[in-house]
Order: sequence, then structure tokens, then C-alpha cells
Amino acid sequence: MEFIDYYSVLGLDKSASAADIKKAYRKLARKYHPDLNPNNKEAELKFKQLNEAHEVLSDPDKRKKYDRYGKDWEHAEEFEKAKARQGKSYSQRSGPFTYSGEGAGAEDFSDFFEAMFGGGGGFAGRTGRTQFRGQDLNADLELHLRDVYSTHKRTLNINGKNIRITVPAGIEDGQTIRIKGHGGPGVNNGPAGDLYITFRIVNTTPFKRDGANLYKTVEISLTKAVLGGEITTDTFDGKVKLKVSPGTQNGTKAKLKGKGFPRYKKEGQYGDLFITYKVRLPEKLTSEQEGLFKDLEKTGL
Amino acid sequence: MKTRISINKLCEIYEIDPGFVMSIQEMDLVTIYVEGTEKYVSTEELPLVEKMVRLHFDLGINQEGLHTIHHLLERMEGMQEEIRRLRNRLDLYEDL
Repeated sequence: MEFIDYYSVLGLDKSASAADIKKAYRKLARKYHPDLNPNNKEAELKFKQLNEAHEVLSDPDKRKKYDRYGKDWEHAEEFEKAKARQGKSYSQRSGPFTYSGEGAGAEDFSDFFEAMFGGGGGFAGRTGRTQFRGQDLNADLELHLRDVYSTHKRTLNINGKNIRITVPAGIEDGQTIRIKGHGGPGVNNGPAGDLYITFRIVNTTPFKRDGANLYKTVEISLTKAVLGGEITTDTFDGKVKLKVSPGTQNGTKAKLKGKGFPRYKKEGQYGDLFITYKVRLPEKLTSEQEGLFKDLEKTGL
Repeated sequence: MKTRISINKLCEIYEIDPGFVMSIQEMDLVTIYVEGTEKYVSTEELPLVEKMVRLHFDLGINQEGLHTIHHLLERMEGMQEEIRRLRNRLDLYEDL
């Protein structure tokens, strides 16, 4: 567990006055407040650190303890006992800024804070105002591209609770869906928060994807490209026969309508599959083939 | 589950003045429904109301600032969505 320099978190030195601490905190909180930095985990972490630094440095008792022990914080427990013998000390604080984000509670404290000041000590993510609506929760769900080819149900375990969700076909990497009322419980008859699930789609298929369209490169032989003919290739969910026109150039594209990926929230609709032909040139020729190529060369090809 | 909440109750819970809710309604940030003498907001809009309360009372942002921030956040969310789509499209050009 590492020592945290709360002064440097707030950009101050040890001589900072209570007013300096308040000012620095307000300034940085405006910069990193989660409401002003949606989907920014870095800012969220920074804001938690700011709250923690403020929690310690704005409380004269905590600040005194922190200043006295500093890097030697592991002996703070002895200090606590000694202090208890001296009677109760006063405490005042304006409270950290409130915010609604995932995982408020014990995990908002660093291990360092917990070890030095104990858990549950008057600091939580949103205690400034009476709670009502439950907290929104965020979760990531990693799925394979093949998993999102069709709409299906899936059970997730969020904070020990099983939630059955529908994964809509065609959802994209990085897309977020809201599951209403599956966030934290409300307080005082308030509504529950929502659960936001962000999908991480892993694609190890030979297909590239752009929305509902799929792209694939198919190698064809030199003779097939020159003379034309028929080939069989994989689509996402089967096979298809393709007619290759004589004289097909390297990079020629063919569009297979409706053979792409399902369109998100448009049941029964599919994007297209774009095939790009890549002509495979022979690397080694038999003596017979070489002879034939030389004959072709003589024709001016 | 209740789908709306009276403004009086809301103000009691969040310890705010009803004038604040009216002012964010005047900026078209929330919709207020009137039934008899009672005014309500939809619980769907509670997250937005809560956000405005936090920005105003915790960060000291004035009401004009709330309006501006709201629009900028909407634009930012739109841009984040566009970046996501463009990032996915960039995958097309990888390993080519």
C-alpha cells in the first residue's frame, strides 16, 4: 500500500490554509466532476482522489493526524489511542461534492485512507444531499461478434444479483444500452437507478465490420481472374457461390446484398457483404507452366 | 412504479427551492406537467434534474451556465458517439 500525498493531489504544500484547501478543491472539482466528464474513467478516479484529499485536509482532526504521521502512517493507530485518552476533538467539514457515479461506497476510499482513518467514516460519494433516486451502475460485457449475430437472452451477475438481459442483434463495439431500474435501489421511496451496459465486441472472424456491412477479402487464382468462372466462399452464416467475370482485376469488389450483419433494432434487416478479390499470383511454376507463360508472353500479353 | 414526482416533494427531498426547478424548466431543460394545482416532473427526467442540482449547488454554476453546460454536454456525447463509430470504421483498414 502506498502513501498518498494529499497535498500534491490538490496542488498545495503543507503550509496551505483551510481557505487554500477549499479553493484548490473547488477549482479542481469543477475540472474533474463526473457530471462534466461523462464516460471518463480517468476524471472519475481523479475526482475520487480529490474528494479523499479534501476529506482529510479539510477536517482539522484528520489533517493533524495525517501531517503528524505522513509517510509513517502505519503507526497512526497508536496516535489514535493516545488521542482518545485526551478526550473528544471537534470536527467540521462542508462535505465532499456529491455526484452520481458507479461504485460509490467503500471502494471510493483508497486502501491508504481505509488503513489510516478506517472505513465508513463519514465519507461517501453522494452524502451532501438527501438520497432519493438510486445510483446508476455501469458494467462492461465482452461478447464475440458471432454472439451478436442474433438477438438472445443472457444472464449477468451485477453486484451479486442476477439480471437477465436481451442482447439485441447487431449491437456494436463500444455501444451502451440502458437497463431501466436495475441500478442501485432508491431511498425514501425513490426510483431505482439504471444499469448501463457497454458492449465490447471481439472479432476474430475473417470479416471486417462497419455497422451492418461486412467486408471480406477473397483470393482467386490467376486463371480464374483471367478466364472467369465460379467460386464458393463463406458468408457470415453459410456459403455462397459467386460468378467471377473474365478479366477480373485485383481489388475488384462484389456486393452481396443482404448478406451482411443484422441491422441494430431493425429485425429481419441485414446489411451487405462486400467481397474484394485478391488475385493470387503463382510463386513457383512447373517447367510446363513456365513454358505456357513464355508462349503467352510471345503473344504480347 | 411512479412515473412522475411532484415538484414540492422533489424540492423537499433535495432541499432546494421550487424556483430552481422552475428556472431549469424555463431553460427548456425539463418539462413540467400541471395537474390541478400540483406540478410534476417525469421520473425519467430525474437524472437530469439531479445533475442540474449538483452542478448548481455543489459547483456553484449559475443558471445561465447550466444551460450552456447542458448543450455542450449534449454535443460532447454526440461527438463521443461519432468517435466510437469512426473508431469501429478504422478497424476496416487495419491489417490491410
